[in-house]
Amino acid sequence: MMALQNRCRRKSRVRVMPGWQVEVLDAKTRKQLCFLDKVEPYSTIADIKSLVHKSYPQWYPARQALKLDPKAKALRDEEVLQSLPVGTTATMYFRDLGPQLGWTMVFLAEYMGPLFTYLMFYFRLPFIYPHRYAFTSSPLTVTTLACACHTGHYMKRLVETIFVHRFSHGTMPLRTIIRNCVYYWGFSAWLAYYINHPLYTPPYYGDIQINSACALFLLCEVGNFSIHLTLNSLKGEGTKVRNFPTPTRNPFTWLFFFVSCPNYTYEVGAWLGFSIMTQCLPVALYTLLSFIQMSVWARGKHRAYTREFKAYPGLRMAIVPLVL
Amino acid sequence: MSAPAMGPSKTIQGDAAPRKKRGPGALATAYLVIYNVVMTAGWLVIAVGLVRAYLARGSYHGLYYSIEKPLKFFQTGAVLEIVHCAAGIVPSSLVLTGFQVLSRVFLTWAVTHSVREVQSEDSVLLFVTAWTVTEIIRYSFYTFSLLNHLPYLIKWARYTFFIVLYPMGVSGELLTIYAALPYVQKTGLYSITLPNKYNFSFDYYSFLILAMVSYIPLFPQLYFHMLRQRKKVLGHAEDFSKTD
Repeated sequence: MMALQNRCRRKSRVRVMPGWQVEVLDAKTRKQLCFLDKVEPYSTIADIKSLVHKSYPQWYPARQALKLDPKAKALRDEEVLQSLPVGTTATMYFRDLGPQLGWTMVFLAEYMGPLFTYLMFYFRLPFIYPHRYAFTSSPLTVTTLACACHTGHYMKRLVETIFVHRFSHGTMPLRTIIRNCVYYWGFSAWLAYYINHPLYTPPYYGDIQINSACALFLLCEVGNFSIHLTLNSLKGEGTKVRNFPTPTRNPFTWLFFFVSCPNYTYEVGAWLGFSIMTQCLPVALYTLLSFIQMSVWARGKHRAYTREFKAYPGLRMAIVPLVL
Repeated sequence: MSAPAMGPSKTIQGDAAPRKKRGPGALATAYLVIYNVVMTAGWLVIAVGLVRAYLARGSYHGLYYSIEKPLKFFQTGAVLEIVHCAAGIVPSSLVLTGFQVLSRVFLTWAVTHSVREVQSEDSVLLFVTAWTVTEIIRYSFYTFSLLNHLPYLIKWARYTFFIVLYPMGVSGELLTIYAALPYVQKTGLYSITLPNKYNFSFDYYSFLILAMVSYIPLFPQLYFHMLRQRKKVLGHAEDFSKTD
């Protein structure tokens, strides 16, 4: 490590610090997994994980959790060894978090599924509907419109994942990803089934309902995209100073006057539009569940903002203007 | 799912996050003691009702009718346990408790009550008996735990009886659902078909089959979890004194 050079240069002036020792035990069995010698005191947890990875190539750093006590929370990668409450011989407990995927892969997996499953239903692939309907298409415009909206929604998300969002180096465990995929893929299959069904009933109020709901959907999609761009430019600012998002010249970002997470607000709005446009109960149910989950996220984010920034605008709510 | 001895349990730590356990305050403890005593009494009433009806009739057949009302009342009352979890006065997982209670309530109302024809089935007696014995032990276990005077016998019973009662209850439940299937299919109970204004459909018959299939992964998991708990709790019996 770099420290070796420092030691050689400053040998005359500074007493050489002997390296620390780190003992890594399995959190469940307490067996010693490895013993690291001559570890620099200012090594980070990330460095130690790399060292463990060398002895155990199957455990890449992202799937390691190191803690000072088997029941404690995992130590963060940025933590420095000498700032921890340990002596020069540290004992750490290891837990395997299972296979992990980076955020980009996670979102690609979660979004590709709904995109393609919906299309399978739209084109009425065999064995979904009664045989005589295989490969037919619905004569209704609303069905085609719904397919375009749904597909467009997920394409936009894929584009954002690849080109817009900047993800931290964090990862998600494989089991969580599978659970999320089952949820997204399953729900989109369920709602696609009804919208593209031969016995689908078009909305009660006809074209006016379809068109106005579609307009709502499109506005919210644009709004959501605008917010993502704004948040992205916030992250890319290069200055060390953290700041909370504020409205820009883009009218869609003016929702920031009222809510901390307008991206979630627009997302709910888009799905609301889609529900009204298709007049389909499963879509409404999906909208409701999404709203609940995003409210939880929004409130968490809102709380974090208000805690971090003293001058945070008091008018802002988390997700629903003036209400929630 | 009957899963005896699942649900609110102070001894099921599993892999819970190492937060400080917010124990109930004095008022909550008093309330919980009353709740558990009432539930123990309720299930004892059901037990006594079953025995009396059996002695009166001389056969196992149709005992459900003699305890139908207290069964519905006290099993539905268990929904309060979900509230207890949500309020934080009981250290159990909300999801686990919710799932456990709702599956019991589902069997009581959506299967046994709704499909009259299965009420005279012997499988109903099978799971009612399993539930009754389990719940009497479970609620008395909680009562004594809250009062910090848990007799070893109750602890032993809670962690041993399930070995027989759990499979017994699960069998009774599965057989009952299976018996209900033909009637559900014939009458289209709780089912919605297309086309309709809300573009929604629900086939209760398929749902029941799905419910039965879900027992396959869930039952072994819960059963072996209880077996592990048993080892952990009773395994050191020689080291500790008879009462906690």
